[in-house]
Amino acid sequence: MIAKSIVQQFKTIVGQDNAWTDAADLHTYAYDAAVVDPVPPGLIVRPTTAEALGQAVRLCNENGLPLTVRGAGTNLSGGTVPFENGVVIVTNGMKSIIEINEADMYAVVQPGVVTAKLAAAVEAKDLFYPPDPGSQAVSTIGGNVAENAGGLRGLKYGVTRDYVMGLSFFDVEGNLIKSGSRTVKCATGYNLTGLMVGSEGTLGVFAEIILKLIPLPAHRKAMMAVFESLEKASETVAAIIAERIVPATLEFLDNFTIRAVEDFSKAGLPVDAAAMLLVELDGHRAQVEEDAARVEALCLSMGATSIHVAQDAAERDRVWAARRAALSALAQRKPTLVLEDATVPRSRIPDMVAAIQAIARRYDLTIGTFGHAGDGNLHPTILTDKRDTKEWERVEKAIDDIFDEALKMGGTLSGEHGTGTAKSRYLEKETSAGTILFSSRIKRAMDPKNILNPGKIIAAKA
Amino acid sequence: MEELARLMRELEDQLVVCMKCGMCQAVCPVFDQTGREADVARGKLALLGGLMESMFDDPEGVNQRLNKCLLCGSCTANCPSGVNVQEIFLKARAILTGYMGLSPAKRLILKGMLANPKIFDRLTEWGARFQKLFARPANEIVGTSCARVMSPLIQDRHFRPLARVPFHKQVPFLDKPAGRSGLKVALFTGCLIDKMFPKIAHATIKVLDYCGVGVYSPEGQGCCGIPALSSGDLPTFRKLLAHNLALFAAGEFDYLVTSCATCTSTIHEVWPTMADDKSRSAASRLADRTMDINQFLVNIAGLRPLGKTEPCIRTVTYHDPCHLKKSLHVFREPRAVIEAAPGYRLKEMVEPDWCCGMGGSFNLQYYDISKSIGGKKAAHIQETGADVVATGCPACMIQISDMLSRAGATIAVRHPVELVAEALEK
Repeated sequence: MIAKSIVQQFKTIVGQDNAWTDAADLHTYAYDAAVVDPVPPGLIVRPTTAEALGQAVRLCNENGLPLTVRGAGTNLSGGTVPFENGVVIVTNGMKSIIEINEADMYAVVQPGVVTAKLAAAVEAKDLFYPPDPGSQAVSTIGGNVAENAGGLRGLKYGVTRDYVMGLSFFDVEGNLIKSGSRTVKCATGYNLTGLMVGSEGTLGVFAEIILKLIPLPAHRKAMMAVFESLEKASETVAAIIAERIVPATLEFLDNFTIRAVEDFSKAGLPVDAAAMLLVELDGHRAQVEEDAARVEALCLSMGATSIHVAQDAAERDRVWAARRAALSALAQRKPTLVLEDATVPRSRIPDMVAAIQAIARRYDLTIGTFGHAGDGNLHPTILTDKRDTKEWERVEKAIDDIFDEALKMGGTLSGEHGTGTAKSRYLEKETSAGTILFSSRIKRAMDPKNILNPGKIIAAKA
Repeated sequence: MEELARLMRELEDQLVVCMKCGMCQAVCPVFDQTGREADVARGKLALLGGLMESMFDDPEGVNQRLNKCLLCGSCTANCPSGVNVQEIFLKARAILTGYMGLSPAKRLILKGMLANPKIFDRLTEWGARFQKLFARPANEIVGTSCARVMSPLIQDRHFRPLARVPFHKQVPFLDKPAGRSGLKVALFTGCLIDKMFPKIAHATIKVLDYCGVGVYSPEGQGCCGIPALSSGDLPTFRKLLAHNLALFAAGEFDYLVTSCATCTSTIHEVWPTMADDKSRSAASRLADRTMDINQFLVNIAGLRPLGKTEPCIRTVTYHDPCHLKKSLHVFREPRAVIEAAPGYRLKEMVEPDWCCGMGGSFNLQYYDISKSIGGKKAAHIQETGADVVATGCPACMIQISDMLSRAGATIAVRHPVELVAEALEK
């Protein structure tokens, strides 16, 4: 319980209607999209101005209340699951696009702006904000920046980090800190922006974000290549990149995923195929057409049994509808879905695909694999039922093994889902004891009372 | 608490399907207005799960939040995991209401009135007679009235008045044999069409007649039951279901049609799942033969453009009722019916399938939220510059009329079959 007098102070800051303490409301902010146990907070506040946001942060610090900032709560590593009896700050009361500057190609937004809404507003001006995480229809820019979210276009366009030109945030005392700028170049001060991107709410709370925009590609072309073996498909991914072709997206679906998608969407996919690659090229028309012909020839020479090039926008949409349906289709198969995102250097995709297959066999689990093969970010998706405790033990072992394999290949625990609580205990494996110590010192310097999303990234001491 | 947890466990297999991805936030009209997690499906499902696992003890709080929902089904239609949200919510409302009891007002309305079609009919007839005393016309083209004096029930609504004579008084019984199509349908009128929009029922019969389709409409039809079920009153729902099943069992017909989106989706989707064991198979058989009027006219009776070559002088826009588009995937057919009416040009509005915010009793309990959702819809309608807005649901018509009338718009609100019937009258 948070003392009534303190709750009243929060209400004075954010307004009576924007602070909630009913048991039922608290229970609805106890979880995010990760498969971790829910933890109800003690108070939820929804500020509608930057000023109120800063004051709320300060009040948390003054009272030593653990604070978790939450956008849409679509996090896949437990980053928005609050601390028991802590405070949740919901950002969706701050959802204005403050500026889209066409001449200088940037946008300034509040943290609660929904990613897809920004993308649409920008596209209406013939500009492009490429990061497109799977949850973009609901996810917020604040959340994307805090998690350094990725998406399907990472291979060519990079991830959220590559589009953050600057931001302002409140430190734990509620002081407004500014970093970066509206200019392409900016060489003043520490690169605090770089530190804040992916900090998962552990170092400060975003007030405003400046995002880089680029011209909208003039032409797009999508194709679907079918393979009779996983090896051939994954070797083709490596071959396309070795040929110095950079598709906007290069996605991989294994047989289990293909069958699940087909059962679900009846899109006419080849259910006998061992694997499929979905490729989209974009840019200048001539270059796109030339690269498309090279990709097609390459797929065939690498052993694709068939290749289909989308002839128009409708067909192109169908290709991507199949990919977008993957997670949904898999989700319908079993009550619990564990979506991993261990990532390897892209040339190691064939090894990683083989390793995942072996792990599925070793622990007798159903693992569907799809994902952003072009940037080395696969999504091995374990289908299970958490209520089956025997199987759940095997699932946990399989996750450990997936991490070990990815690290052995020079990869990372998470390409785009973040560390949160789900992966914090593995972080030292990927880095070093010194790295964890260095990170803890930064954290302690910026947040002496450890109230900013405690336990995320840096594991709580046992 | 333990007893409630036991009851909630009936829903366990359906509840665990939700993987908490949160995609429902993109389409929920209530969440769009409030931004509160308890207002969106994921939050409500988490609350039901919490009760089931005895994580907290606040059934009243959960019930209140569960009822703050339009039951529009936008979340179900958009759910990656295939969670049948409406079915879960209806069952949960029945469980919670069974556990805590109905409020006295709802008990009076549902058990005292709705459950007895004869009493319900008589009361609304009295209402129609006296409404002139307390209402005055608000907008002639939209066809709304508003209160003469402050009334806590009506507030500042611009409402569609009750029909002077309800349809069942004008046409108590109908049994017309099949015409040249060789087809015969049973017509389920529905409360709102009967008591507020008898014109839609007449238009329906006229267009069916034009298509050579026979009509059976039995006397003493009851409500489809959805208002009772939405309030968790399963016994009243089942009483009405049994009444209607017996009534329609007496007739011979190929299809059951209704001109009300909500009645159609209730009969088609809800009757079989919520019937008791005794009625289930009869309900399923009838549900399988039940269709929206637009769907029947276009796909079965073969309604085509009437062929009169009038210039397109009027613009019409179409609002997709949630219970047609999202529950039954019916969205092409009403547009085809509109196109069958000569003299109209169809112009789509932005997000034609965004909910109008009516949601039955939701409008009564949460009029402010309902109004802001409806205001967005009214703006989208007005942006088209249309003369007429058509929609296949009388409840949507009431809401859209209120919203357009408040905005001072001069846009007529019609059911698609009315447009065709008006052309036939010429």
